[in-house]
Amino acid sequence: MQNVSKEYNGNPVLKDVNFKLGQGEVLGLVGENGAGKSTLMNILFGMDVIQQTGGYGGKVLIDGKEAKFASPLDALKAGIGMVHQEFSLLPGFTAAENILLNREPENKSVLSLVFGPRANTIDRKTLQKQAIEAITKLGVSLDPDMLVSEMPVGHKQFTEISREISKSAIRLLVLDEPTAVLSEKEAEMLLKAIKNLSAQGVSVIFITHRLQEILDVCDKVIVMRDGRIINELEAEKTSIQEMARLMVGREVGTGRIENRESRPLSDKVVLSVENLWVDMPGETVRNVNLEVHQGEFLGIGGLAGQGKIGIPNGIMGLYPAGGTVKLNGQPIPLNNPRTCLSSSLAFVSEDRRGVGLLLDESLEWNVAFPAMQIQDKFLKKYLGGAIKWRDQKAIEEVTQKYIDQLQIKCTSSKQKAKELSGGNQQKICLAKSFALEPKLLFVSEPTRGIDIGAKALVLKALREYNREYGVTIVMISSELEELRQCCDRIAIVTDGAISGILPATTPSEDFGILMVGKTKKEAK
Amino acid sequence: MKQFNWKEFAINNIVPIIFIVLCIACLPIAGYSGKYLVSQIITRIMRNSFLVLSLLIPIMAGMGLNFGMTLGAMAGQIGIIFITTWNVVGIPGLLLAAIIATPIAVLLGWFCGKMLNMARGREMITSYMISFFMNGVYQLVVLYAMGPVIPIHSDKVILPRGYGVRNTIDLINVRQSVDSFIQINIAGISIPVLTIILIALLCLVIVWFRKTKLGQDMRAVGQDLEVAREAGIKVERTRILAIVISTVFAAYGMILYLSNMGTLNTYNSHSQIGMFSIAALLVGGASVSKASIKNVFLGIVLFHLMFILTPQAGKNLMGQAQIGEYFRVFVSYGVITLALVLYEIRTRREKAESAKQLAQLQREGAKA
Repeated sequence: MQNVSKEYNGNPVLKDVNFKLGQGEVLGLVGENGAGKSTLMNILFGMDVIQQTGGYGGKVLIDGKEAKFASPLDALKAGIGMVHQEFSLLPGFTAAENILLNREPENKSVLSLVFGPRANTIDRKTLQKQAIEAITKLGVSLDPDMLVSEMPVGHKQFTEISREISKSAIRLLVLDEPTAVLSEKEAEMLLKAIKNLSAQGVSVIFITHRLQEILDVCDKVIVMRDGRIINELEAEKTSIQEMARLMVGREVGTGRIENRESRPLSDKVVLSVENLWVDMPGETVRNVNLEVHQGEFLGIGGLAGQGKIGIPNGIMGLYPAGGTVKLNGQPIPLNNPRTCLSSSLAFVSEDRRGVGLLLDESLEWNVAFPAMQIQDKFLKKYLGGAIKWRDQKAIEEVTQKYIDQLQIKCTSSKQKAKELSGGNQQKICLAKSFALEPKLLFVSEPTRGIDIGAKALVLKALREYNREYGVTIVMISSELEELRQCCDRIAIVTDGAISGILPATTPSEDFGILMVGKTKKEAK
Repeated sequence: MKQFNWKEFAINNIVPIIFIVLCIACLPIAGYSGKYLVSQIITRIMRNSFLVLSLLIPIMAGMGLNFGMTLGAMAGQIGIIFITTWNVVGIPGLLLAAIIATPIAVLLGWFCGKMLNMARGREMITSYMISFFMNGVYQLVVLYAMGPVIPIHSDKVILPRGYGVRNTIDLINVRQSVDSFIQINIAGISIPVLTIILIALLCLVIVWFRKTKLGQDMRAVGQDLEVAREAGIKVERTRILAIVISTVFAAYGMILYLSNMGTLNTYNSHSQIGMFSIAALLVGGASVSKASIKNVFLGIVLFHLMFILTPQAGKNLMGQAQIGEYFRVFVSYGVITLALVLYEIRTRREKAESAKQLAQLQREGAKA
């Protein structure tokens, strides 16, 4: 690839990316979320998104000839296969059927002369044989007759890879975080399979967050950050520390962090979480143990898909969860949002349009609704509480208060929530949970998708709320710098468990190493 | 081997079990002789199985119960109206009716399939509504266009006012012509051999169809649309084909059904038949996403056994056959509702179950 660049709506996400890959080589690709790895692979694979957003700059050369793929099918023809993070398998089909999906060998029959080729019956024997060929080429043990729905995750991954291999003329295989969902043993098998493939002359691009794996299988490593290739390393000569530093590697101490003081932590534990698991698709939490102290501002960070977002969603009961969660020593039942809210927990969801807001209602309603539902606030009571009427005046007052406080840009408190910009919607979400006057507030990805100005305001509001009103806040964010600005302590989540909690003043390299799960590996 | 779980079995087959219990309860009250019941059941199987079988293919393609089979029934009826007008008798008449009905059914099925592709995820309610809508079109054609626009001039068919088709048409020309073509008698019960051969043939076609490339594609589309699309299967086309095939089979089924009945109820037969066929399939233990040939026959036997028993049981108990009549209509709607609700509950439970298992596994994985 030469000088590849890409812009989304004027935001450059890839700048001058150059790299070469020889036959049978294994290339590791690492980088934080949003570093541009996925975009790069989408370009290589000719995905529709790229075309729809205005194409890309630069050239992709295969065997010295320029290749422009209009669709993934073209890429397939050129021998490029990709295994995505999400499985695309049919649960009710066997491994063999999935491997050869839509490329099934057929028996010619007389009827097909009348009804066209789709009336041919499927040749089960050849299907089986071809599937087994692909599986042997990969060098794993996989039963071709097993239904996908009954397979362990690892086997699903193998099925997916076998499918790519079974396509004729496969020359380059892209694996996007294939080991993220695997147990260690399965991951080992997969790494062995990758080596097998490269020995047979198939080149592999291997994207992962587990740096140890890169060292294990790759010939060379590319580290990406902010749309650039920061460095290209020989896998044999580098180390996890070096890669982690390059990945996170911002200039430390840009001055913004200095104005924050380290505060003594209160001894009182407000929230304690033991052995929490949450089944949230893409953000599975496996085993989280965590203590939140009175009045602190705790950050939870980590790479995407490791489970940090699952923690508040599980505690607040939005996804099936288990384990023990105690608030002030009292256990709270899981899977029951109402009791959580009643016990003065509040949650600002990362999905503000879906979960956070009533888009078609006025700002007043959005701000006051939960408080009205849960705490009987803003209600006038008549006949001893038998009839409750909305107290319109109180609602208006409180909404206006928050509009001023958070500088929400709107025409009036009667405006509909969906008419606001992303940043202002986020502020409404905050106002909504402030109106509940919670003792403990979960904020999940509060700055996702909003501009820098709004970001600063949101963060400032949260800090003030924490410092001045003494509300304990747990903030989940993908942006480490953001957490370091606001929080007292930062917990890093890897593989669905807390890999470490450090004071926010710790240098970012240390967090980077925690993120890639080094300490856990070393401990073993 | 998994141990056989009675409770699970009962929950999964609750609808057929309810019906078996009901039938057993009605049996002594109705007081029919065994011979009468057997010959009745055989008649009903001959009459309905083709129609019920036509529902299997859309289920395979993940489109749920095809309430749009009514469209096929309409096409079949139009074919029957024509051959009655032209006085074509016997099996050639039925063949001609099928030839007339096929292009109409293909067209209607294609239209219905197109619509269902636009309303993905809401196939059942949409096909139900389409059948209401097309019922209106059908009535317009049959009630006003037949006579002046479409040349049909037969006193047997057309209303005395000169246009529009009569409410009921006597199908004396084709009555029982398939059933009586080759008929053998076993212990006083007549067995229509040709009908059995036709139905067996359709069963074979469905078995064969599952093995074809198209059948495989349909199963793939039925399980996951997006995955199938990524694999390069033409999803939309496959789904339309499923509906077209179902509609055409329904048209043939309707022609067989009408020939067996011997009368055409011009304005009611088709809408009734859709509901009863779907109810029968569900009674046989099928669900929205899974149905087999076994379900078809078990369903027809149970559902129609109750149809036969309840009026007589009602008469013997309350002195009114009306009670049983009323009973069977509300039961068929009840069954459809129950099956739909149970299906939703079951999928939700399975989802929760698998989520729990997954979390459990991962926890163990994390500890290990």
